[in-house]
Amino acid sequence: MSALLEVKEVSKTFFAGTPNAVWALQNVDFSMKEGTFVIIIGTNGSGKSTLLNAIAGTFPVDHGTICLDNTNITSFEEHRRAKWIGRVFQNPFSGTAPEMSIAENLALAARRGQKRGLRWALHASLKKELRNRISRLGMGLEDRLDNAIGTLSGGQRQALTLLMATWLRPRLLLLDEHTAALDPKSADQVIQLSQEVIHKDRLTTLMVTHSMQQAVHLGDRLIMMHRGRIIFDVTGAEKQRLRVEDLLYRFQEVRRRDQLDESAADMLRKNYV
Amino acid sequence: MSLFAEHAGSDQFQRSQHEPARERQEYGSVGMTLLIGSFTLGIILSLLAIGVFISFRVFDFPDITVDGSITFGAAVAAILLVHGRDPFTATAGGFAAGFAAGAITGILHTKFKINGLLSGILVMTALYSINLHVMGRSNLPLLNVTTLANYAEHAGNLFFMGKSSLNIFGWDVPMKDAAVLLCASLLTVAIGWLLFAFFRTDLGTAMRASGNNPQMMSALGVSVENMIIVGLALSNGLVGMAGALLAQYQGFADVQMGIGMVVLGLASVIIGEALIGARSLGLTIVGAVMGSVLFRLLVAIALRWGLDPNDLKLITAFFVFIALILPRLLAGLRKRKS
Repeated sequence: MSALLEVKEVSKTFFAGTPNAVWALQNVDFSMKEGTFVIIIGTNGSGKSTLLNAIAGTFPVDHGTICLDNTNITSFEEHRRAKWIGRVFQNPFSGTAPEMSIAENLALAARRGQKRGLRWALHASLKKELRNRISRLGMGLEDRLDNAIGTLSGGQRQALTLLMATWLRPRLLLLDEHTAALDPKSADQVIQLSQEVIHKDRLTTLMVTHSMQQAVHLGDRLIMMHRGRIIFDVTGAEKQRLRVEDLLYRFQEVRRRDQLDESAADMLRKNYV
Repeated sequence: MSLFAEHAGSDQFQRSQHEPARERQEYGSVGMTLLIGSFTLGIILSLLAIGVFISFRVFDFPDITVDGSITFGAAVAAILLVHGRDPFTATAGGFAAGFAAGAITGILHTKFKINGLLSGILVMTALYSINLHVMGRSNLPLLNVTTLANYAEHAGNLFFMGKSSLNIFGWDVPMKDAAVLLCASLLTVAIGWLLFAFFRTDLGTAMRASGNNPQMMSALGVSVENMIIVGLALSNGLVGMAGALLAQYQGFADVQMGIGMVVLGLASVIIGEALIGARSLGLTIVGAVMGSVLFRLLVAIALRWGLDPNDLKLITAFFVFIALILPRLLAGLRKRKS
């Protein structure tokens, strides 16, 4: 079976040519099979969110190709990729339009990547479906469909964003630390909902997380990024055996290697410069 | 001719002051004529207010194009009328003219990445020359042409069975003034409702959301850039239409008539929000219309009290300034209290 997502030799440098240049992605090769749930972890600035944004098309990449579902989407703008991709952002404010009602937000999501014409956004059959699917979130939001989303809590907004991203089954679901800004209870709730929908719809999912717990317990493959590169990739039984201690050990290893690099550079500088 | 765009209001006021007594008796009280005139102007300019609402409130885009596109709409409508086209075509032409101007501002901003304010200024400046070319001179009177105002009088004649004046709340009102006001109101209600309906369609909700949260709309497959272009086009289309109606109502198009119109529209939107709040889309649109009418009435009263018409722009600008800083001032006061 060919891969659903194929990222080939992708590089991205921010502020290129300035002293502040950041090599966010360096020749990243990465592919995902249909139906897999991949977790990305990494230190701050390791490029994990950049990788997600490169796939989503937030910015053009400097080098390399991205293929989704056998289509080369490298040159596609963000909104053209939305047909295949559902996204939930880290910031609960990013995924919903605060001044519009819950119902209107979902109606917008119900036409993700499709033509939008002059049909009523909230037609009768959609309204019925809305009530149905929102009540399944178990948050009591089905009675507040006409309230502005801005009046909801971060957890509720994130749950709705997740529902919006998966309203039409996406070929690829991108979750970018979508529980990082939530309190622990809401985070658990949103993770629970994510697991349910990913399992039920057999969604191909790429999830960035900061939480070691989530990284260990979720997904069937894990990749670790550091300085714009993938440095660790486990899958299958090995992933299932993975524990928090193993990840912490990996992170320490990375830190030691960085320190080694620095001290080596220091030594070279002293001796030769 | 006053250099300022208020001439419609101020001229009419001055005209009615100089009316001979005989005419006054014939047309009922001056006060009532003035009131009806202000009402009609307010209703016509409410299309401007609705247009400004789209750019300023839906897209949070300070669109100065308005100053040029209202004149553009008036100029195109006037020249079409002078060339013998019917007033409906002329009004539609005014809409189309504004629509094109708004689309260009949108394209400058999104495709060429020019600052929003500057895009509007560029188009507004360019339109000044274009308007002169369209009209062939700086002021184009609409003499001996049939306008929508004439149509309204005809309709009024049929409807009120040829009465020359009507009795409204004990006031004698010239039938033709009442008919024009009535028709303008019907048109505004129709357009306001159409816009309200549009904003509830798939395309319209996507447009509102593109202003409210562009990042989300990109992720949902909408080209925010295209939405801004279409939104500004629609906004300026309504403004151009207001210009077309204004020209037909006052009987001329003038190259200076757009000066300060964007601030005037903004003032109307702000008054509307103060009157009935911005809680829902429908209310905001109704508010913009009410704000426009109320603003006109305030202007009429101020002029009656002897305000120099030349000071109107200054006072309008000052009013908008106060309205813009008021929320912060109030918040500051509240903080100090607690």
